Amino acid sequence: MSPTLYDYVNQFEAHQKAVAMLNEFFGTDVTGYVTFLVFLVGALIVVGVMATIGGLGTYAERKISADIQMRQGPNRVGPFGILQFLADGVKMILKEDIYPAQADRLLFNLAPMLAIVGVLATLAVVPFSSGLTLANLNVGVFFLVGISSLVGVAVFLGGYSANSKWSMLGGMRGASQIISYEVPITITTLTIVLLSGGLSFGAFVETQGGLPHQWYIFHNPFTFIGFFVFFIGMLAETNRAPFDLPEAESELVSGYHTEYTGMRFGLFALAEYIEIFVLCGVAVAAFLGGYKVPFDLGSGVIFVEKLGLPAIIGKNIGQVLQLGSFVTKTLALYYVVIWVRWTYPRIRVDQVMTICWKYLTPLALFNLVGVTVWMYLTHNQSIWELFSHLFAAAGSGGGH
Amino acid sequence: MASYTLDVYMPVVILMAIGVLLVLVSVFLAQIIRPFKPSALKEQAYECGEDPVGTAWANFNVRFYVVSLIFIVFDVEGALMFPVASIFRRFVEIGEGGVLLGSLLIFIAVLVFGIVYCWSKGDLDWVRSFQLSQEQINELKGVEDKA
Repeated sequence: MSPTLYDYVNQFEAHQKAVAMLNEFFGTDVTGYVTFLVFLVGALIVVGVMATIGGLGTYAERKISADIQMRQGPNRVGPFGILQFLADGVKMILKEDIYPAQADRLLFNLAPMLAIVGVLATLAVVPFSSGLTLANLNVGVFFLVGISSLVGVAVFLGGYSANSKWSMLGGMRGASQIISYEVPITITTLTIVLLSGGLSFGAFVETQGGLPHQWYIFHNPFTFIGFFVFFIGMLAETNRAPFDLPEAESELVSGYHTEYTGMRFGLFALAEYIEIFVLCGVAVAAFLGGYKVPFDLGSGVIFVEKLGLPAIIGKNIGQVLQLGSFVTKTLALYYVVIWVRWTYPRIRVDQVMTICWKYLTPLALFNLVGVTVWMYLTHNQSIWELFSHLFAAAGSGGGH
Repeated sequence: MASYTLDVYMPVVILMAIGVLLVLVSVFLAQIIRPFKPSALKEQAYECGEDPVGTAWANFNVRFYVVSLIFIVFDVEGALMFPVASIFRRFVEIGEGGVLLGSLLIFIAVLVFGIVYCWSKGDLDWVRSFQLSQEQINELKGVEDKA
């Protein structure tokens, strides 16, 4: 089982010595407080990095869309306009905050908070590397499916509370779309739970390997389809085009955040961009091998044995490689999400429901049956293992 | 083992607290430095420049209600399958997968039955269409002719 952040920190001698000294100094057992501090610092770092990625996500979105449409995109603030998101942030803080007169103030304030809290809580289970996982919950994926529904509640509350017709339409569409697409996503995740034999993301990643043929996406034909079901569901969950009906700017003005101004609007946008990263990370952990590095470089044992480095440095190099592997795959998927947005036109609201209930859900159920039967018949072997058995049998048969 | 105590949820609580603080602090910070000049015109709900007509809290399309009902059924069924799914691999490895395979397939069959039922009832269609019988069509035509 992959350990959490605290176990990772705890393996260093310096940390153990420091805890022992603090124990002596205060005369009581301070392990609990130190654990809390380690998690607090870890959580602050993760949130900080994620907020930056969310900000850079808005910049990347504009730059990539400009690239696709043969425009320049933001290029005034900082080199290549890379500081644009900071300028946008300053603008949002300085904007006047307007409450619609008819709005339900309490819910209006609560909605952005729910969106941010729901997204940040999902960060706890994202497996950045085997050491940098804030909480390796034994119900990880179940927790994620549950807590990410908070964003759906936030979208609906945001739309409902403003008491504006555009907001109401967007909120209703958002709520129905988010809950509908949760069904294929949940059923597709079930296939990975079946294959890995555990609900935690640690179990997901540890049962995969570093090379593509060891990933779950190429495990058997059903998981290959399953990945695309998951990816399409993911686009709809995050209200991305071609499923951006809740905020369809050409028909609903801005959808559920029409009446939001200034910082509150900024928080909604931030939550959306972080959620895309989190869901891309989940897709990577479940289907694309997560933080695994090819040839077992991630454990760092090879650096210790071949290069003669101290064990602790080898281990840290491995962690950095794992983090790099995870972030690279996630950002590649993030790019695809943006690419899809600027390539496909928005679909109609009845088509959203048709795609979900008449195509994705039956397909996800078919995959579920397929994976279950596949595991039972092949004793949990991937298609490549089956092929290698076949070739081995043919080879030995030809030799005789 | 530590992972079976509630301690492992500490990062979740910390992250949620950070989220609440992030919202409160940023909104409070904005409140100090931003301008504040409310007027009745600004506080109107946006309806593309027209004066808003009535309230948005009115009756709404019932399709959304049906979708949420279908969702609840499917989500509960999915949630019930998670425990079985998580031990299936271990049972397959010791060669006892048949029992779980059977129970999983029964569960999936119930789900498939559910979706087939909803589909045949027309609850999955966003715009429900009604096929009129020839008599009804004639009747409607008769009404039109009289008018």
